[in-house]
Amino acid sequence: MATRQTQLLARSLLTPAVGLLFIWMIVPLALTLYFSTLHYSLLDPGSESFVGLENFRYFLTDPAFLASLRNTLVLVGSVLALTILLGIPLALLMDQPVIGRNFVRLMVIAPFFVMPTVSALVWKNLLMHPVSGLFAWLAQLFHLTPIDWFNDVPLFAVILIVTWQWLPFATLILLTALQSLDEEQKEAAEMDGASAVSTFIYITLPHLARPITVVILIETIFLLTVFAEIFVTTGGGPGLQTTNIAFLIYSQALIQFDVGSASAGGLVAVVIANIVAFFLVRIVGRNLEA
Amino acid sequence: MGQITLQGVQKSFGPVHIIKGADLDIADGSFVVFVGPSGCGKTTLLRLIAGLEDVSGGKILIDGRNVVDTPPAKRGLSMVFQSYALYPHMSVRGNIGFGLKMAGLPKDEINRKVEAAASTLNLTPYLDRKPRELSGGQRQRVAIGRAIVREPKAFLFDEPLSNLDAALRVQMRIEVTRLQKQLGTTAIYVTHDQVEAMTMADKIVVLNSGKIEQYGSPLELYERPANLFVAGFIGSPKMNFVTGEHAKQQGAATIGVRPEHLKIERDGGGGWQGTIAVAEHLGSDTFLYVDAGPLGMLTARYIGELSLHAGDRVSLLPDSARIHRFDESGNALRR
Repeated sequence: MATRQTQLLARSLLTPAVGLLFIWMIVPLALTLYFSTLHYSLLDPGSESFVGLENFRYFLTDPAFLASLRNTLVLVGSVLALTILLGIPLALLMDQPVIGRNFVRLMVIAPFFVMPTVSALVWKNLLMHPVSGLFAWLAQLFHLTPIDWFNDVPLFAVILIVTWQWLPFATLILLTALQSLDEEQKEAAEMDGASAVSTFIYITLPHLARPITVVILIETIFLLTVFAEIFVTTGGGPGLQTTNIAFLIYSQALIQFDVGSASAGGLVAVVIANIVAFFLVRIVGRNLEA
Repeated sequence: MGQITLQGVQKSFGPVHIIKGADLDIADGSFVVFVGPSGCGKTTLLRLIAGLEDVSGGKILIDGRNVVDTPPAKRGLSMVFQSYALYPHMSVRGNIGFGLKMAGLPKDEINRKVEAAASTLNLTPYLDRKPRELSGGQRQRVAIGRAIVREPKAFLFDEPLSNLDAALRVQMRIEVTRLQKQLGTTAIYVTHDQVEAMTMADKIVVLNSGKIEQYGSPLELYERPANLFVAGFIGSPKMNFVTGEHAKQQGAATIGVRPEHLKIERDGGGGWQGTIAVAEHLGSDTFLYVDAGPLGMLTARYIGELSLHAGDRVSLLPDSARIHRFDESGNALRR
């Protein structure tokens, strides 16, 4: 972009794309903002009226809000912790030369390609079902009482399902990072007398700081909006035990047909996501600096 | 002490024999350079001594003790890698002190030793920097610092200067040599650069496809190469080889004459005659590439400036005292 002409040309050629993206983003946001200030119920069409911030007051003072906020944070935090704590050893194992390594890698990555709805159904009906599930059968084999996962530990059950889905992602990112670790560095550590554990702590783990950050940031974005797994398995229940923010907004809009307060909830979710992102970037973001 | 002896050391990767039985005696405190073309096994041999590869056969003795089953850290050697292999997230201090920390030394002793090593290498102002904030030469010195701080029996250098630019390489070459003499520690140095080998070594090991071709001091190799390979590898520009009638007159299958041992005369008859294909004038030297007809291309070197140009006819007179003679299998014939 050396001359003024090429600059002008570049800008005018970019304008349509940028404009389209801008409209694409701003129209839904503006509409949501607008709906959030209306009394707008699908059960009572035609009665829309301006109510100011009443929807926000309603959404934020709803006892379900705090419960679902807590559930959201527990879900995100647990899945992040589990995927990273399990992903690191898995990636280390898959970095070793074993027979059929490519096949093992393919198998480990497979869950990531299964639709959330499908995997939730499989977990619900084939694995965690208290009567006909595999886990129940295993428990009976050892003469134990089968766990009724979605009644006794519903949030933990959802966490397990979501972890199973996201573990391949974390493993894959960490594995590629391990493969880029300079072989000579490990040899230098070996010459320096570092044991396998010390090499892991002082060489491998610092090398993984950046990919772990990437995993945390990307997973957080998606985990804040987990929906299908909850919808298929527990429907947010029992009670509010597995309702997260995304599911709460859904239930406002399409179970209670209250578009106004669902819109308000949507905007609250945007703010929460931004707050989470702000803290995440402050905590782990410095790992991304070169 | 750092006396290293190899006895029939072999290494094969599957069916491929990389090292075909190496015997070598490295005296304490000497600077030995492994040199050879790429793929000759010189780095593999170094890694076998370091313990980063397991030998397929033979013995490696360090101060008389067989170490083939000893892990690298216990052999008391330290290595400088081609890529330096500095730990990127540690400061210079952390990098140099890592080996001591792993050995479980107390903190203040580590600090004392690291600072001593840093001052030897002029790294004191950079102790708290990360490797990425250092220049190539400084990183190189950190890698050397990491090696000397452990006071090893021997240093192993794996082409440590190949990532530096030409000017810095000459400077580091001198620094490494001086440091080694000052510490008096045995050093094994791998390079493919015969100039580095000639200038740094007390003794050179010339390797070719997994075999030690010759082991001797630099001038020994220059003056009395054991075979055609060493003759061709040591010396720059390469030695001229002549076969056929001229060689038979000397009672050899091949004779070799170094470019600097050819006397250049303007087309005077006698000697080997030819036409200059290329003349390189460096001021300090003049290199002539002469098309000598049936003898092939010959290279001649003249110290100083010689005003001859491409197309000129010259005759080259080999210094008869410095003709190297080789038999059919390429081994040198002694007078």
